[in-house]
Amino acid sequence: MDKILARLEERFPGRATTRQRPDLAFVTIEAAWLREAALHLRDREGFTHLVLLTAVDWLEAGQFQLTYLLHNRARACDIGLRVMLARDAATMESIHDLWPTGATYQRELREMFGIDFPGSPRVDAEFILEGWIGPPPYRRDFDTLAFAESNFRHREGRETRDPAAHMKHKLYPEKG
Amino acid sequence: MKDDSRKFPLRPELEPREVKTPDGQTITVDPLRDYFCEAAPRVHAPVYVKIVEDFFNWARSESLWILGFGTGCGAIEMRPLMTPRFDAYRFGIQWRPTPRQANLLMISGYLSVKTLKRAIRSYEQMQSPKYVVGLGSCTINGGMYFDSYNTIKRLDDYLPVDLYIAGCMPRPEALLKGFEDLKKIIRAGKAEGANAYAENFAQYKERQKAVIHDWDMPDYNW
Repeated sequence: MDKILARLEERFPGRATTRQRPDLAFVTIEAAWLREAALHLRDREGFTHLVLLTAVDWLEAGQFQLTYLLHNRARACDIGLRVMLARDAATMESIHDLWPTGATYQRELREMFGIDFPGSPRVDAEFILEGWIGPPPYRRDFDTLAFAESNFRHREGRETRDPAAHMKHKLYPEKG
Repeated sequence: MKDDSRKFPLRPELEPREVKTPDGQTITVDPLRDYFCEAAPRVHAPVYVKIVEDFFNWARSESLWILGFGTGCGAIEMRPLMTPRFDAYRFGIQWRPTPRQANLLMISGYLSVKTLKRAIRSYEQMQSPKYVVGLGSCTINGGMYFDSYNTIKRLDDYLPVDLYIAGCMPRPEALLKGFEDLKKIIRAGKAEGANAYAENFAQYKERQKAVIHDWDMPDYNW
């Protein structure tokens, strides 16, 4: 694992490397290098399996973080390639020709986060949501409660209690 | 936050198209009209003699055939009912694979908008008299999904519910008690959900279309 990371570092000087476990590391690289780094890992280092492609919304930093988790079956270790994207008009290069399963992940990210992957097959087609009229729902600035209240009719009489305050009142009523 | 102006184009497979028959003729098929009955549902009046209607209701209550359609996590509580430990079959309850053979639709847990579309179609394809049971808190007031962007909050806006079984999730014992209560409601002649649906058809459709924004099926899917 150390040698693999050293070779990766040599070719693509990364910004940060996190050793999560002995068999799991995350490497943050430039978005423009992702394709070559993925090809390097797939063809030279044996990371043939794309485990997942997912996004994290760093709202405060104004960035999306994409994680491409790759698995090496022979060595039983994983490397996650991390890419930071600008949050507004986020666009990323498609990897559907490296791993066909990538197209499905990219469709999901397009629908749920609004990240565009030009050239990916059926990337604009509906993935899970049908007839969706709101903004991409996994973005953190999407207010799901406000959307639910404007979109659905609610039943009257629902009470919501803060569990901590409720139990405190129930167990120690004399303390108010 | 909502963008009501967004329009959804008709899916390609639902557009009218030219089809060649085995005899060599060319006909036009409109999938949204030709495969379904266009007539709206009718109210079925009770039989003239009360004792006969009571007998019918007794017979209906003793053969509840459930559509095997699990919508949420509550579907997992129905499986033990089929097995020897709880054995719902001894109460005249069994599960059927198709809506045409079922008369009880269990909405087992949360119902996303996408599933609601399928649930409505399944309900409308069932034969009258038919009953709906809502399972769990999610069908009553949204439950723990009260702030979810994609699950409905109250089932009785969209389908005529005869009985709710509260719980998150209700145990199989609660379901058996619920079935017994449903039988009492049917025997009392109060399970008129299908007729209520036919009477308030316009209102139900309006509420269904208020949440299903890409309505791409006929108004009545019989």
